[in-house]
Formats: sequence, C-alpha cells, structure tokens
Amino acid sequence: MSAVFEQIFQVGFLAAIVRIATPLAFATLGEMFSERAGVLNLGIEGIMLLSAMAGFTATSLSGSLWLGVLVAVLVGAAMGALHALFTVALGLSQHVCGIGVTLFSSGLAYFLYRLIFGQQSVPPSIDGFKPVPIPLLSGMPVLGPAVFNQFTLVYLAIMAVPLAAFVLYRTPWGLSVRMVGENPRAADSAGVSVIATRFQAVILGGALMGLAGAFLTMAQFNAFTFGVVSGRGWVAIALVVFGRWDPWRSAGAALLFAFVDALQLRMQASGLGHIPYEAFLMLPFIFTIVAMAFMSRNAVAPSALLKPFRREER
Amino acid sequence: MFRLEARTSTPAWFNLVLPLIAIAATLVLCSGLIAIAGAGVIEAYGVMLSASLGDSYAITETLVRAAPMIFTGLAVAIAFRAKFWNIGAEGQLLAGAVASCFVGEIPMPGTLAMLLMAIVGAAAGAVVALVPATLRVKFKVDDVVSSLLLNSVIYYALMALIEGPWKDTFSGYPISPPIEDSANLPVLIEGTRLHLGVVVALIAAPLCWFLIARTTLGFRIRVTGENPEAARFGGINVQRVLLSTALLSGALAGLAGVGEVGGVHFQVMSDISPGYGYSGIVVAMLARLNPLGVVPAAIFLAAVMTGAEAMSRATGVPAFLSDVIQGTALLAMLVALLFTAYRIRRVGAQT
Repeated sequence: MSAVFEQIFQVGFLAAIVRIATPLAFATLGEMFSERAGVLNLGIEGIMLLSAMAGFTATSLSGSLWLGVLVAVLVGAAMGALHALFTVALGLSQHVCGIGVTLFSSGLAYFLYRLIFGQQSVPPSIDGFKPVPIPLLSGMPVLGPAVFNQFTLVYLAIMAVPLAAFVLYRTPWGLSVRMVGENPRAADSAGVSVIATRFQAVILGGALMGLAGAFLTMAQFNAFTFGVVSGRGWVAIALVVFGRWDPWRSAGAALLFAFVDALQLRMQASGLGHIPYEAFLMLPFIFTIVAMAFMSRNAVAPSALLKPFRREER
Repeated sequence: MFRLEARTSTPAWFNLVLPLIAIAATLVLCSGLIAIAGAGVIEAYGVMLSASLGDSYAITETLVRAAPMIFTGLAVAIAFRAKFWNIGAEGQLLAGAVASCFVGEIPMPGTLAMLLMAIVGAAAGAVVALVPATLRVKFKVDDVVSSLLLNSVIYYALMALIEGPWKDTFSGYPISPPIEDSANLPVLIEGTRLHLGVVVALIAAPLCWFLIARTTLGFRIRVTGENPEAARFGGINVQRVLLSTALLSGALAGLAGVGEVGGVHFQVMSDISPGYGYSGIVVAMLARLNPLGVVPAAIFLAAVMTGAEAMSRATGVPAFLSDVIQGTALLAMLVALLFTAYRIRRVGAQT
C-alpha cells in the first residue's frame, strides 16, 4: 500500500493538480458571475471550445501567445454577449439558448479549424506557454515547484479567485450583480439596470470561459483537438453548484476535482487499474447531483436564476 | 418607433411558418460560411439536397439518420410540454443502447430478442429520466442541471464498461461485443440500411401526438406545463404527472439507443451517438413541441447531416457546417418564437 502511495504522491503531483484546476477555476468563476446575475449559461462547453480554437489559431498565425489569449478572451466575451442578447435582452429560455450557443460555437470551432488547418495526420501544434518560476518563492520546498513554478495563466487564476470575491462582495457592481440575481424587481426599483448588469456579468463570464479555453490549447496541450474541452464546461456547471455560487468555494471545488482527476491520471499511468478511471471522472457529477438534493432545502441558488426580466410585466 | 407588444393569441399558421422562417434564416446565415470556404452557395446547398433527398437510396440514408432524432425529439417535446426540462436525452439514449445491447447479446429467438431489446432499452432510458424528475418532485432540485449532469455520468459508465469488463475480446477495441445476428432489426429494402426501427420511429410520432392531444394523460401533461397552479386546483396530481412524463420521455430517448444498436451499429461504442440527444432539443423546438412536427424537423436535420458529407467531398466546405446549421437553427427558432408571444407594433412619434 505504501508503495502505491509513494507512486501516486511523488513530486509533480501537486503541480499537476494546480495545472488541472486552472482552466476549471476560470470557467467556474465565469459561470458563477453569470449565474449570480440570474443567467444560467449552458453555452459554456461550446464557448470554451470556440475560444480554445480561436486563441490557438491566432497564436499559430501570429506567433504571439498573448495575442492568442486576447483573441480567446474576446471571442469568449462575444459569445457571452450573444447568450445575453438571447436570454437577457430577448428573455428567451436560458437552458435552451445555452444548448443552442454550445451547439453553434462548437460547430463553428470545428468548421473554422478544419477550414484553416485542413485535415492533417498530425495535428498542428504551437510553442505554448512556458513555466515562469517566481524568484525566491519557487525555491520553497513542496509549494515552490507546485505553485510558484507555473505558467503565467496559473498565477492569473490564483489571483482571479480573491479578485472575483472582492468584486462580487465588496464593490457596488458586485452588489448590483447579486441584486439582479436575487431580486431583479427590487434592483430595478433601486435604480439598478437589470438588463445592463446582467449583460455585463454574462459577458465577463464569457471572457473568463475564454481564458479557460485559451489555457487548454496554449499551455496545457499546445494543440487544438476536437475533444480538447471534453466536458470540462459541464464540470464547471457542476462545480458552481457544488461551490454554492461562491468564488472561494467554487475555486475549492475546482481544486478538489483537479485532485481527483490527477489521482485518476496517476493511477492509469502506474497501471494500478483496479478501479476504472471513469469512476473518478463521474464523481464530481454524482457528488453535485447528491449535493443539490441536500442543498435545495436552504436554497442557496440565486433566486432569479432562469427567470427572464421584463420591466413592463409585473 | 417600433415596440414589442404582448399577443393574446397566436394564429395557427404560425406553427408552420415560423420553423420555415427559422430554417430559411439559418441557411442564409450559414451561406456566409460557405462563401468564406470559397465555394458556391447554391452549388453547396444543391449537393447537400441531392445527396440527402435526391434519390431513393439517399432518402433511406436520411431516414436512418432521422430515426434516433425522431425519438429524442419526441422525448424532449413531451417533456417540455409538461415543463419537465429534460436536457438528458443524450444520457437516456446511451442507457437504452447499453441495456438493449446486453439483451441482444443473449442467444434467443430473433423476434423475442428484438422485443426484449426494445422493452429493456426503453426501461433503461425511463429509469435514467426518473432521476432528475424524482429529485425535482421530492427535493426541489433544478431538473435542467441534474438531467444535464447525468449525461456525463452515463457516458463515463458506458466508457468504463467498454474499456473494462465488456470490452470486445475478439477485436480488442474499446467496443462492446456485437449483438446476435438474429437480434439485428430486419432491413426493409434490400441494399439499403432502412431498418424496422425507422418505421417504429415514424409510427411513434402520431402515437405521441394522439397521447398528448387526445388522452387524459396528455391533457394532464399539457395543463401541468401551462399552468401548474390550475392543474393542482383541478385535482391533478402534478408530481405524478411529472414522473409519468419523465418515464415516457426517457423511454422514447431509450428507444433511440435501441434503434442505433439494433439497426445501425449492432454494438456499443463511445461515439454511438454524435449528440442525438442534444439534436433532439433542436428538433423539438423546430417542431414547436408538436409530436407530428418532430418528423419533418428530424428529417431536416438528418438531411443536413447526410448532405454535409457529400457537400464536403464535392466542394471542400468542411462537413462540420451541419453542426453550425444545427446550432443556428435552434437559436433562429428561439428568436422566431418571440413572434408567438409578441408582435411588433408601430408606435406614433407624437406619443
């Protein structure tokens, strides 16, 4: 047993957890902002894929990694704006629109990728982000190599969590977001524009989903494949619920899932396959469904989630 | 100035015209992509049409492709009628496929095998759909998210089976062993893939229409969806109606999986469904949740999918255009639906 333990928890395991958690943290924070404003964004899976493709393509054509990140973020924000146009401005049903956005953006990602790169036997790759060790801190035992010798995008994700919490809980805009998600009628009476605030939150959410996509193709895999997102968007939907719509808890949930995922990868690699690895991949979904059954009693979901707001209808 | 104004009633011809407008808008929007790909728009759509509906063989291929989407479309349409937000048709289809494949591998007389496959497959889909419905009824859990997340659970369960204990020992690939030859659904026209399941799908649609429009359960489903308060006052057990709807919806989605195993693939693999469960949402919305409309809507999507491959070979436009068309059609239809609830009124400037 201890041999198994050592094989799994060797150096690099913690670093792997941090790396796997990064795109999930971006995506989860993005979905959280959207949902806190009262808009469920099931477009996340497709938005991540399209951003991943767009960022990869921009970098591949221009040679600039940061230009790729910028393009991915802009594409994510644009798709967020599209979802907001349908669900906030037009008040259409959020879940069906979200599926529509996912189908549309993944279709577009496949189409454009095939158009630009053709059908190649070996998928084209880019020279992706390299780890940037932080002076002094990276010399620390354990935490040094795991946390402070990572990609710049990882540091960005680590900073994004307290920043998101600050924005949501300590700024007037964050208050507006929470108000339009809980009680849009009251927010409207208090002079907060429900439509504008929801638009902003969903667009910010889309931009964060874009960052998640960029990380996948530009730091983690350095190539775009059709399965590059492979359900990570749905995982983020689960993590937001599991993290009770709170930035800290959602990030914690992302770390927890990353731990399970890293463990599963290690067990697969070391051939200790007594338990099928799929069992681990299932866990976040099962946990979330079970957690939802327990949570619903103290209703922590934003009250106005899934409810469109039309000012004239009272 | 123009203003959106709430409608009190919707003219009946809207049901027919709106999907057509949505589809026309979709084809116009997507022609931009064909142009970007450097092909002629008319030519590309022409190849698409002739390769999917141009001759009798093409039509049978399109129908084979349409069958699973008729089932998932019906599953979604019936669920949405009761406002049971079943986004889980994909998982229910996979469950139906796995369960029916298990049965099909047991040697037994052909007719019995097919019957049992259908029953067990439908039951498996129904059980999966019952989970989000029960969670909603008992624990007030949001069915959108729970049914969506179950898709991933079922998918990974399927993968665990075909990469583990159920792996085909003969080929060594991560696919299940094939079902017995006698359990294959009979091919109806020699030289094509048109199997019995397609006919069952085509019959299921009017049956579902009858159920929704003419039976007591159908009435309860409609009232529960339109006005649960009124339903409750009228003595309808809304929770029970939701559970029955879920069973029905899941069973239909499960049958989609049965058809794919029994009539098309004869085994289970990881990509047995290229998202037919999600396509079912597109189909149901295009059909305006009317079971009779599900058939033409599914045939349209199927034609786009079959046609796209031929179009790609002929013009070099990536076949993924069909995925874009699918997503665009759903979004266009949603926008078109606005006109059932609102009308655009000209508002005088002097007001």
